[in-house]
Amino acid sequence: MERQQIVVSGLGGQGVLFVARLLADAAIRKGAGVLTSETHGMAQRGGVVVAHLKVGDFESPLVRESRADGLLVLSAENFRLHRRFLAPSGWAVVNAPPGGLTGGSSRVCAIDADGLAKEFGNLHAINLVLLGYALSGPAGVEEESPLFCSAEEIREVLRRRMEGKEKLLDASLAALALGMKHGKR
Amino acid sequence: MARPPEDRILLLGNEAIAHALLENGCRVASSYPGTPASEILSALAKLRKERGVEMHAEWAVNEKVAFEIAFTGSLTGLRAAVSMKQVGLSVASDPLMSAAYLGVKGGFLVISADDPGPHSSQTEQDSRLLAMMARIPVLDPSSPAHARELVAAGYELSELFEVPVMLRPTTRVCHACQDLPPGKVLPFPREADFRKSTARWAATPAFRYELHRKLDEKLAAIAAWPRTAPFRANPEAAGPKAVVASGVAAAHAREILREAGLWDRLPLYHVVQPYPVHSEFVSRLLSSHEEILVLEETTGVIEMQLLDRRRVRGKLTGAVPEAGELLPEIIAEAIATFAGTGADTARARDPERGGRRPTLCPGCPHRSSFYAIRKAAPDGIYPSDIGCYTLGMNLGGVDTVLCMGASVSQAAGFYQAYRLSGKQVDIVATIGDSTFFHAGVPALIDAVVQEARFVLVILDNATTAMTGFQPTPATGKTAAGEPAGSVDMEALVRACGIGFCKAGTPSRLPEFIGLLREAVAYSHAKGPAVVIAREPCVMDRSQADRLPAPVNVFIDETCNGCRYCTTRFECPALLYDEEGKRVAIDGLLCTGCGVCLHVCPLGAIREAPPEGKAP
Repeated sequence: MERQQIVVSGLGGQGVLFVARLLADAAIRKGAGVLTSETHGMAQRGGVVVAHLKVGDFESPLVRESRADGLLVLSAENFRLHRRFLAPSGWAVVNAPPGGLTGGSSRVCAIDADGLAKEFGNLHAINLVLLGYALSGPAGVEEESPLFCSAEEIREVLRRRMEGKEKLLDASLAALALGMKHGKR
Repeated sequence: MARPPEDRILLLGNEAIAHALLENGCRVASSYPGTPASEILSALAKLRKERGVEMHAEWAVNEKVAFEIAFTGSLTGLRAAVSMKQVGLSVASDPLMSAAYLGVKGGFLVISADDPGPHSSQTEQDSRLLAMMARIPVLDPSSPAHARELVAAGYELSELFEVPVMLRPTTRVCHACQDLPPGKVLPFPREADFRKSTARWAATPAFRYELHRKLDEKLAAIAAWPRTAPFRANPEAAGPKAVVASGVAAAHAREILREAGLWDRLPLYHVVQPYPVHSEFVSRLLSSHEEILVLEETTGVIEMQLLDRRRVRGKLTGAVPEAGELLPEIIAEAIATFAGTGADTARARDPERGGRRPTLCPGCPHRSSFYAIRKAAPDGIYPSDIGCYTLGMNLGGVDTVLCMGASVSQAAGFYQAYRLSGKQVDIVATIGDSTFFHAGVPALIDAVVQEARFVLVILDNATTAMTGFQPTPATGKTAAGEPAGSVDMEALVRACGIGFCKAGTPSRLPEFIGLLREAVAYSHAKGPAVVIAREPCVMDRSQADRLPAPVNVFIDETCNGCRYCTTRFECPALLYDEEGKRVAIDGLLCTGCGVCLHVCPLGAIREAPPEGKAP
């Protein structure tokens, strides 16, 4: 399996670390090595939270500038802050209101995850809506899914993590599906 | 490269340390929460419960007490560990210095987590300097997997030389996750068996000289112990220049050397034990290389032990920046300059700065407390302390933050200084419940004796919220959530000699402002007054049943967009609409605490009928 470096960025409370851990679990299930780096502490009270994820035979837990294959941005205002991590050929999926993202290239795709989560009635769903969109092959990205794992692999991770918590699992799978509906597949 | 997924789980560095403690027979573990160390003890307490291991795992009242409990466990022959963040080690430095002389019986690990950056700390202090001062060995893990190995090595080292051993992870180890096999609980049959020896365990100064001499002998032997010796990461590489690295800087350096094509050309020595650095390594290094670059966080501890420094580049020579985290971009630049390959990437200065600042959560009772304090004592001085409520500075309710418990002594200090100048000023200090128990109590006793005149507001949300909802001494729960003893906060405050001690509910804003005014008047007339602001943390799920029923609020057409509510009350659920020039409520963020009903100067924030929508 190819190596992949991903940066997940957002604000405290948006579920940045949860997304990173889902992807890390998916990597383990594929038999790959994984290293992540998380933000804990005061930033988790609404401040800037960022998680680095490196899948494959890495040793350092941090993604270097211009090395990330992909960027998952849960809050549009952070794109300015963390786009420096993106490799020239990298892709980014950004939660932004319609017309709310400027300065992006063709490999930068926006989805209004806030709006979708509000319709869905659960602001905690932003992270999974965005992840679903990224997994489904967002417009502007040629690959079917730019991520190292498939939607089914993420669903399996969710099922394992939420064993015995059926309501939470159903809501999580629905949020993922909502994001996927807006992608290519 | 494939690793069988069934025997690997994702472990946070701190969880990896907890698994390793259990695996290596740790039976007494104690801690006080603090980022980035908190999850070590919480993970251990959870594992203990799940696996039914007979051990003591406690959240102590502060790091000094935590240290002393774990240290004493080791005197009885059991394996023990104390964990804390680096500023917590300052609190525990008194027993640390003495324990180094006395030594230990059962293996004893002092886990002090440093926070280069700093990400969530007052300082970037390097715990290894305190280890040097105490003269105990330190191990620097470079990853969660390495931290796990070093727990085992640390216990072996500690028992072999009868010395406390420091394990010094940093944020990037504590809060990194890695795929690892879960820990196994192995039988570790040992019973508490304290062998009396007053010359050692109660040593008077006459014996301390001898203990100091013995400690020096131990250190010399530890500097030759093979298991923790530095190793070559790339044994094939040869050249006149060499890089020496420890901790996560060594992990970054490995990747960077490979990527820059220097792996076969630039020897990399990975130092595992930064103090004492192995003496043979030092002489070999200096005799076989013309120039040496040292990469370590945060101070040049390895560097200062390389006695002939004419050929050494590092923190002391300015080749590596002293302040801030050694991010891979900085290491790449330092290596490129050192190797003479030219910088490979231009790097943004202070790249992590900027972006949304953290703020108190919607519905947080601290927001009401700070708003009320500014209403009751608008020209006051507001000393504060360490916790979520430090964010009260966003509301103008925090003027000073020094260290745990200092809000109380700083309030007293302000009173004494102003008294000398013949001036009267309202002083309203804030401290969290956990912080009050940790270090606020002695300062309050001092204030009573010295008749300092101020109001202390204890923000009692019945948890240690900032670090992940650990119990406080008043909670009555163990680290694993089982029933435990508890301390009555009001009784404790009164026993300190406080004459005015009243509890109030901050979200009942008008009443609470009245209570604070009463306390301020009392403080000027009679002496220190304490107000307990008692309301549960909205984020703490274990207290969800204590939260009041939500109130539906809406903003009517009289809102003129003055932004008083968004600046002075600063609730994330109150949003200023730049286009409409008025404030709106974010219905998904709003918890329905209803406090903002009392905040709008025009009364434009109103209560809607419970069932229906805003008219």
